[in-house]
Amino acid sequence: MDREITFAVALREAISEEMRRDKNVFLLGEDIRYSVWGVTGGLNKEFGDDRVLHTPISENGFISAAIGAALIGTKPIVELMYSDFLILAADSVINEAAKYRYMCGGGKFKVPLTIRAAGAGTGTGSGLHHSQSVEATFIHYPGLKIVIPSTPYDAKGLLKTAIRDNNPVIFFEHKLLYGKRGVVPKEEYTIPFGKAAIRRKGKDITVVSWSYACHKVLEAAERLSQENIEIEVIDPRTLFPFDKETLFQSIKKTNRLVIVEDGVKRGGVGSEIAGIVAEEIIAEIDAPIKRVGAKDVPIPGSRYGEKFIVPSVEDIVKACKEVIF
Amino acid sequence: MKVCFHGGSEIEIFRIKEKIDKVKYSRDDLVSKISPEKLLFMYKNMIRTRAFDNKLKAMLNKGFSISEHSTLGQEAGPIGACGALEPSDYIMPYHRGWAWAIGKGMDPKYLLAELLGKRTGYCKGKAAAHLGSYELGILGRSGVQSAHIPIGTGVGLGIKRLGKNNVCIVFFGDGASNNGNFHEGLNLASIWKLPVIFFCENNSYALFSSAKDTTSVANIGSRAVGYDMEGYIIDGNDIISIYHTTSKAIARARAGEGPTLIETKTYRWDGHNAIDKIHYGGYRPKEEVDSWKEKCPIRLLEKDLININLLDKVKIEEIKLKAEKEMDIAEKFAVESEYPAKEEYLTDVFAC
Repeated sequence: MDREITFAVALREAISEEMRRDKNVFLLGEDIRYSVWGVTGGLNKEFGDDRVLHTPISENGFISAAIGAALIGTKPIVELMYSDFLILAADSVINEAAKYRYMCGGGKFKVPLTIRAAGAGTGTGSGLHHSQSVEATFIHYPGLKIVIPSTPYDAKGLLKTAIRDNNPVIFFEHKLLYGKRGVVPKEEYTIPFGKAAIRRKGKDITVVSWSYACHKVLEAAERLSQENIEIEVIDPRTLFPFDKETLFQSIKKTNRLVIVEDGVKRGGVGSEIAGIVAEEIIAEIDAPIKRVGAKDVPIPGSRYGEKFIVPSVEDIVKACKEVIF
Repeated sequence: MKVCFHGGSEIEIFRIKEKIDKVKYSRDDLVSKISPEKLLFMYKNMIRTRAFDNKLKAMLNKGFSISEHSTLGQEAGPIGACGALEPSDYIMPYHRGWAWAIGKGMDPKYLLAELLGKRTGYCKGKAAAHLGSYELGILGRSGVQSAHIPIGTGVGLGIKRLGKNNVCIVFFGDGASNNGNFHEGLNLASIWKLPVIFFCENNSYALFSSAKDTTSVANIGSRAVGYDMEGYIIDGNDIISIYHTTSKAIARARAGEGPTLIETKTYRWDGHNAIDKIHYGGYRPKEEVDSWKEKCPIRLLEKDLININLLDKVKIEEIKLKAEKEMDIAEKFAVESEYPAKEEYLTDVFAC
C-alpha cells in the first residue's frame, strides 16, 4: 500500500535521513526547533540543540556563517523563514556563496550549502514582504542551483540531492504546499537535478509551470480538456540546471508554448524559458509564446487583494485558449 | 541585573559608561617569552612583506596591472598575529596588503603569479587578488568590504562542529567595522562562543574618509562590549604587543572561551592604493603622515632583537638583501608564467 504524507513531512524525512547519514549535516535558522512551517520542529530532540541551531534575526550574517562552516567540511542547511529574505541576504548568497569556489580557483574550495527558502509565494495574505516568488532573481547568477518542487515526492527526493550536493542550492518551498499530501515511498530515493516531470500528457499545448502554480495549471488542464484542448504540463522541478530536452520533446509534439509562474511576469523565469525556445527551437513553434505571471505591482496585503495579482486558473485557461487558433 | 521592580519608593535608571582598563607589561619580559626562532621568523616576514610591497610598486611603475593596497607601515599586525598561529589554523583576510599572505606562509612566486592572473598562481590565475590557499588555511579574500567577517565567524562554527582545536583570525580595517556584516558576525561569534579572533587594523582612514567622520566610536575595540566579548586596543606597530595579545586570544579560543576583538592602532604610509595620489597633504595632513612614519614597526623589532643579540647590522643587511632577491625571482617567475587557457575560465563554478 502506497503511503501518503504531506510536503512538510516529506521534507522533514529528507532532512532527518540525511542528518543520520552524515553527521556533518546540521541546521540553522530562526525558531527551527519549533518550526513555523512544521518541517524542522523537534529535530533537536533526536539530533541535539547544537545541530539544530537557533539563529538571531541576521539573515545575511547567518548565511555567511553557513558559508564559512561549509568551506571547512560541514554541510549546513539554512532555513530562511520567508523566501523574500533571500533579497535581504542577497550579498551572502549571490556575491559570496555562488562565487566562492570560482573566486579561489576551485580545488578544495567548495560551498556545500543548502538554503531552504521557506514560506515562498502568495496565498495567505501575508503582505508584500512575505509573499513574493523570487526565483527569477536568483537564476541569473552563475554558481547557484535553483530547486523548486511541487509535490511531496519531489520535495523529499530533491532535498536529499540538494543536501548531498557540494554546491550552494536554493530550495524553494511554497507556503501553500506544506499541507499537500502525496505518495512518497518509504524506501530510500533521490531525484537528480535537471530532470523535469511530465505532470500531464497532451497534444495541443506545452505548458511549463512549477511550484504551486503548477497545481493551478493542472486544474486549468481539466477545464480545457472539457473543451477538447489537451495541454501537456511540464514541471521542470529545478530551474537551474534546467531540463531543455524534455521541454523540446514536448514542443515538437504540440508546437505551442505557454509558461505559467506566480512570480512577476516582467523579467520572470518565463522570459528566460521563452528566450531559450525562441533561440534554439523556433521552427517548431506555430503560435506566439505566451507568458503568464503576476501583475506588475507589489503584492497587496490582504488575502482578498492578492488574488487579483497572481495568475488564477481562469487566467491560465484564457492564456491557453489564446494560442489555439 | 535586575531592572524591573514594579513600584517602590526608589526608581533605578542604568546609564552605560565605557570603562577601559590599562595593563602594563615589561617589554623585556614579553620579548623573553617568545622563542628566538619565532622572533627572527617574524622579523624576516616583515622584511619580506615590505620587499614584496616595494616590488609591487616597482612593477606598477613598469606598467603591470596589479591590484595592490600598500601595507607599508602596517607590517607588524598580520605578521605578528599569524606568528601566533599553528599551520592548521585559518585566516579570513581582507584587501590591505599581503602581510597576512606572507605571514601565513604564501610563497611570493605563486602569490605574484596569481596577482598577475597566471595559471601558476595559487588559484590558477582565476582569482588574481581574490585569492586563497586551502592548504595554507587562507580561506579566500572577498571583494565586498566586510563580507568576510561573518564568513570567518562561520569558519569558527565549522571548527566547533567538527570538534577541532583550531582558530580563525579575521582581518579587517576600521572602515569595515561600520558595516552590518561586522555587527552580525560579532554577535553570532559571541552567542555561539566561537574560536574566532576579530583583528581590526585601525589606520584611521577608509579610502579618503577619516574614521572621525564615519565611525561612532573613537576606539573600535570598544565595540567588544556591545558584543559581550573580550576586547583589546593595542599599538599596531609593536609586534611584541601584537604577538602577546593575539596569543592570549588564541589560547582563550582554543579553551572554548569564545571570540576576541583586537583593535590595533596603526597607519599606512602610502595611499589606499596606487591611484591614491592625495594621501600626503590631501585628505591626510603631512605632519600626521610624517609622525607615523617615525614609528616604523620593523625598526622597533630591530631594536628589540639587537638588544638580545639576535641581530646585528650585518645580519640585517643579509636578511634585506635576501628578501629583495626573493622578490626579484618572484617577479621573473610571475612574468614568465603563462595565462590560463581560455577554456579554463569556464571551469570551477561548481564542485562535483
